[in-house]
Amino acid sequence: MGANLFTNYGEAVAMILFGIGFGNLLLQSNLIKKIIGLNIMDTAIYLFLAEKGYIKGRVAPIVADGVTSVEAYINPVPSGLVLTGIVVSVSVSALMLALTIRLYRRYHTLDLDEISTLLKKGGQ
Amino acid sequence: MDFIRNFPCFSIMLCLFAGIISSGVKGRTARWINIVLLTTVTILSACTLFYTLSTGESFVYVMGKFPAPWGNEIRAGVLEAGMALFFCIIMLLSLLGGQHKLIAEVEENKIFLYYVLTNLLLSSLLALVYTNDMFTAYVFVEINTISACGLIMIRQVGRTIEAAVRYMIMSLLGSGLLLLGLCMLYDLTGHLLMSNMKESIAAIVAQGEYTIPLIVAIALMTVGLCIKCALFPFHAWLPDAYGYSTVSSAAMLSSLVSKGYIFLLIKIIYRVVGFDIFNNTRIIDVLFVFGLMGMIFGSLSAIKENDIRRMIAFSSVAQIGYIYMGFGMGTQYGMVASVFHILSHAATKSLLFIAVIGLTDVSGGSRKFIELTGSAYRNKWAGVTFTVGSLSMVGVPLFSGFISKLLFAQAAVQVDGKMLPALIVLGISTILNAIYFMKTVIRIYTPVEETSYPSVTFKDMKLYAIVLVFFIILNIILGISSQPIVDMIEQGLAMFA
Repeated sequence: MGANLFTNYGEAVAMILFGIGFGNLLLQSNLIKKIIGLNIMDTAIYLFLAEKGYIKGRVAPIVADGVTSVEAYINPVPSGLVLTGIVVSVSVSALMLALTIRLYRRYHTLDLDEISTLLKKGGQ
Repeated sequence: MDFIRNFPCFSIMLCLFAGIISSGVKGRTARWINIVLLTTVTILSACTLFYTLSTGESFVYVMGKFPAPWGNEIRAGVLEAGMALFFCIIMLLSLLGGQHKLIAEVEENKIFLYYVLTNLLLSSLLALVYTNDMFTAYVFVEINTISACGLIMIRQVGRTIEAAVRYMIMSLLGSGLLLLGLCMLYDLTGHLLMSNMKESIAAIVAQGEYTIPLIVAIALMTVGLCIKCALFPFHAWLPDAYGYSTVSSAAMLSSLVSKGYIFLLIKIIYRVVGFDIFNNTRIIDVLFVFGLMGMIFGSLSAIKENDIRRMIAFSSVAQIGYIYMGFGMGTQYGMVASVFHILSHAATKSLLFIAVIGLTDVSGGSRKFIELTGSAYRNKWAGVTFTVGSLSMVGVPLFSGFISKLLFAQAAVQVDGKMLPALIVLGISTILNAIYFMKTVIRIYTPVEETSYPSVTFKDMKLYAIVLVFFIILNIILGISSQPIVDMIEQGLAMFA
């Protein structure tokens, strides 16, 4: 088990990063820090996918020198998934940032807990 | 007849195109496009349902040129088509019922955006229902989240923006977990299509390899979807989001968005992991416990609430708990009961939200119970509808809620270890439901001596009253002719396997 962890250190790092991002998104009260956490979390998954898709000694699946053997290339699907994931995560981050600007203009703070207390005390 | 096989793909594409076109037109035109779209998709889904019922088997529609292990697929069976049909009807009714509030609460130059978002929401719901590819499901889960967030915050007050932020944060945590679980499962199986994944997982389990990674992946996906559909203890964002957004949004969020995720979970259980393998993990016990806790704590929070919209929102937490209790039983009967409860809850909760808006409108816009006293006399249609919804929620015969409670009880009796807790909590939850719903019904039917609030009649709100009548009819249809629907659900679940 320990040996596996050492050979797959990329995946292990990805999981640790995922945990860091997840924790930040969940626990930070500052909205900007939350968004940073979100991006760390998503990037960790892309690292995981890239690690899984790469096979040592092979190259990206672009037929350049007439080599068509499957053995020469890595699996292209994880790279495609990473690209799609990046698009999704960019749009979600943009939406979160837009919402943050809205909240900041209204309450002049980035602290979500503070905003909640303000709202509980009264007012819309 | 084989032409009908194209309909699921058509309906998704129609929604996307309608969304694009709506973004360039004025509010009224966008509304008409939306109504035409919803009617068309309803008809297309009804045709698909009829087709699958008549052939008795599901069909696969290949998207693009690439065949099974590589390409993308859409799959439709009785359950998928039925769900799509049901979602369209509920969405149409919710939009029409909340239309006057939408015009009042949203800035005029932003109304077209609301319809863009609903079109996107419908497309993502249909895609979640029909897709046969896990990564497509993930992408549409995110589209669903984004459009739901827009629906919450289209009414620009501080509460809704805060609620939208909280909703986004919880949703993003959920979809992060879903994506991670999905990637792990892809690494284990090497496939993204649900049918191929299932074969590989069956082979892995038969060999007895990778047990822990498999369980971790399944658990991550389940927890992710549980967070997204607000299973207790992940429901903190829910009351504000449902309580302060414009009423159509609240009705659609509670009855469609969360149900879309639950339906995806059902698909994962049946089509990706396999029902037996899922039941052999201990995850169902966790779902069972949290379902039961949700049933109690959701109702308790609802009793404490002094705001009628937030009370109904908390009641959603309890109802989601029922659905997960059905999953947790780990039998076919439990699953059928859960699917029926998805329909029953979707019909009833949207009815309640739409009816409440009629009551609060004749009480000076206040949602406090003290102001709502006697409001059922001032708006008779809304009063009767709210009473019907309450009776259905409590589980009185003739209405849909009774059938789902009956199915849950029947399913519980057939499970050995879980019979007692399930039945006891079902009983307690029914009593708690009765406390807060009957309290409200009595409150709105308590006559007041003199009131400054005006009464409304049918002439003031023709569209609204007609929508309410349709809601009541839908609820009673689900309650009276439940047997054919339950048969259809059983047939649909059999097609899943």
